[in-house]
Amino acid sequence: MTTPAHGSAPRHHLLSVLVENKAGVLARVAGLFSRRGFNIFSLAVAPTHDERFSRISIVVDVESSPLEQVVAQLDKLINVVDIGELHPDAAREAELLLVTVSADAGARAQVIQLVGVYGGRIVDVGHDGLTVMLAGTPEVLDDFEELMAPYGIVGLQRTGRIALPKLDRGASAPARIADIA
Amino acid sequence: MELTGAQALVKSLEMQGVEVIFGLPGGAILPVYDPIIDSSIRHILVRHEQGAGHMAEGYAHATGRPGVAMVTSGPGATNVVTPLADAYMDSVPFVCVTGQVATTSIGTDAFQECDTTGITMGVTKHNWLITDAQDIPRVVAEAFHVATTGRPGPVLVDVPKDIANTPMQWYRPESIDLPGYRPASSPDLGAIAAAVELVGSAERPVIYAGGGILKAQASEALLAFAELTGIPVVTTLMARGAFPDSHPLCLGMPGMHGNYTAVTALQRADLLLALGSRFDDRVTGKVSAFAPVAKVVHVDIDKAEIGKVRRPEIGIVADCRLAIEALTEAVGQAGPVDKVRLGPWIAQLDDWRAEFPYTYDRELPEPSAATASGPGGRPPLLKPEFVIETLRSATPDDTILASGVGQHQMWASQYWKFDYPNTWVNSGGLGTMGFAVPAAIGAKVGRPDRMVWAVDGDGCFQMTAQELVTASAERIPVKIAILNNAYLGMVRQWQHMFYEERYSEVYLSPDLPDYVGWAESMGCVGMRVESPEEVLPAIEKANAVDDRPVVIDFRTDSMEQVFPMVPAGASNDEIVVHPSQRDPRSAR
Repeated sequence: MTTPAHGSAPRHHLLSVLVENKAGVLARVAGLFSRRGFNIFSLAVAPTHDERFSRISIVVDVESSPLEQVVAQLDKLINVVDIGELHPDAAREAELLLVTVSADAGARAQVIQLVGVYGGRIVDVGHDGLTVMLAGTPEVLDDFEELMAPYGIVGLQRTGRIALPKLDRGASAPARIADIA
Repeated sequence: MELTGAQALVKSLEMQGVEVIFGLPGGAILPVYDPIIDSSIRHILVRHEQGAGHMAEGYAHATGRPGVAMVTSGPGATNVVTPLADAYMDSVPFVCVTGQVATTSIGTDAFQECDTTGITMGVTKHNWLITDAQDIPRVVAEAFHVATTGRPGPVLVDVPKDIANTPMQWYRPESIDLPGYRPASSPDLGAIAAAVELVGSAERPVIYAGGGILKAQASEALLAFAELTGIPVVTTLMARGAFPDSHPLCLGMPGMHGNYTAVTALQRADLLLALGSRFDDRVTGKVSAFAPVAKVVHVDIDKAEIGKVRRPEIGIVADCRLAIEALTEAVGQAGPVDKVRLGPWIAQLDDWRAEFPYTYDRELPEPSAATASGPGGRPPLLKPEFVIETLRSATPDDTILASGVGQHQMWASQYWKFDYPNTWVNSGGLGTMGFAVPAAIGAKVGRPDRMVWAVDGDGCFQMTAQELVTASAERIPVKIAILNNAYLGMVRQWQHMFYEERYSEVYLSPDLPDYVGWAESMGCVGMRVESPEEVLPAIEKANAVDDRPVVIDFRTDSMEQVFPMVPAGASNDEIVVHPSQRDPRSAR
């Protein structure tokens, strides 16, 4: 996780990796990336609706190596059950951001206004700062982050991208997880 | 039936057909060693856990069955990391059981605690930390399944001490439930047909056979395919013996120290059939210059190998034996095979074979200051190649040969004639010095009916020689030929060629240690051989010993270098042949 910039660049691919929900599986996945010289750009993991499995959403920096090799090596991990690549135009992507912004009495109204424009929520209020929560596509979050920067970002945490395939609505949306594993 | 976790573990191993465990007990694995007393499984007590791991590997190399090692936690586990890494690189089926501190102590920096599953994650196909004694039969079944199917490899089962002491209800695992593990088996017939089409039109085809042939037990299938199509075969370091050296289609070993014909055949080929090989850097040299005009058909059971180094025209993810059989069948169905088309290619290969065989100076050098540390008057030193040629001629055809890593390993691969699969036990991928002695012991345990020799270097021998104590105590009559050139020879060769003969930290001394005295102190027969006339009698004497190990200290020429050689990172076209084969008019 080396790149400072957020959001998505063309060299990034989103892998949706279904794994057995067992101790140490995340270490196996993360260890494989470092061992093979692949770069993880972001990573999000949580159990699925079936508690035997977890889904890891990994944004991969594929300049470091061909995606096909990353997928083939991942697929060899015994605890990895399925790997799909989600193409950005065939997926609904979302990310969550929490940011604490300096906002004294003078700036507070402007910040609150911007939060309103982006549909975020104020989740904490201090004497000279606000903590804002915003969910959205990585691009929207990038945008919002840029707008907050001039006020002074005290702390910021993003979750990394999660995604599911777009729903199939017949001919208009050829969207499903491309099973490349 | 109620058993302790330890009893369940030993019973599970018995059920897997394990006949021998190589191991060394310690605190955390103590409970498991108690039921071993009553088990039908033979336990071989090693002198160092690394030895246990390499013995398990040697056993697996020689038998094709998984080797099993058992060690304690902490240093026991870390000592076996090298064999695990070795087995991972060379796809050796190896099941390692480690003791672990009690689950209640994990994470507290307890005595002899280490994060064994964490440490070995990158050098095993999979590993398990058992946290419930009830899981033991299931996990052992999974471990053997994973180690032996698909691309074989090492696995590790970490057993905390309290789990081993906990009662459990014994059961026989009914089936393997690993939803994420689906090893490939049958080839895609469309890809086979496409490959056959390439075979039919190729004018300079070569089969590039790798260790996967042996793992898939595909030697007979390969022989049938090669004979049907008339396509010549190179056998990589890991595939020596997979195709008989005595066969007219066998070109021998390619790669950094491969023979000229094998290396150059790959370079000039218009079609490579890569069967169970992985385009290792020691074979390809500079990848961008490797086999530049060849189309590639790559068969491997590991999908990740297809396109990892070289993108093939046709990739076939399958068991090698099934894929080769399918190729043979499809070629047969395509009609009569036109071997005449390959005539010019075979003629070219024959010319190269005649012009550039492996060779060495049979003239013996004068004693040199570097190797004759004592007062003058020592006899001329032996040529290592001569020792191996003599050893080969004096031993049965199906002798199993183990080796360490370095010059002696390359000479062994070059000068030994391998005509049987699973007769060559060596460390190819990891290049583990010290592999030979314990691996030979493991091979002999697995194949007591065969003669087992190790060709070792003096540097390698010093790393693991203590396992000869194990061999003596257990009456395992392996035979070790030390090619004692008093140097870390391969490093010396590189310093000679690439570091302006600045020999940094490579001199070992021929006399320190005294190998004969050392061998005898370990219960072996020890011999020293310094002149060519003594070589054959010493080998014959060793062959006659069947109740203890034998060590022969062959005093060899430290100046000798391995040829041919492709310098690291260079194109295979820049192969450097033996000085006597170089044309003074050309750069070669």
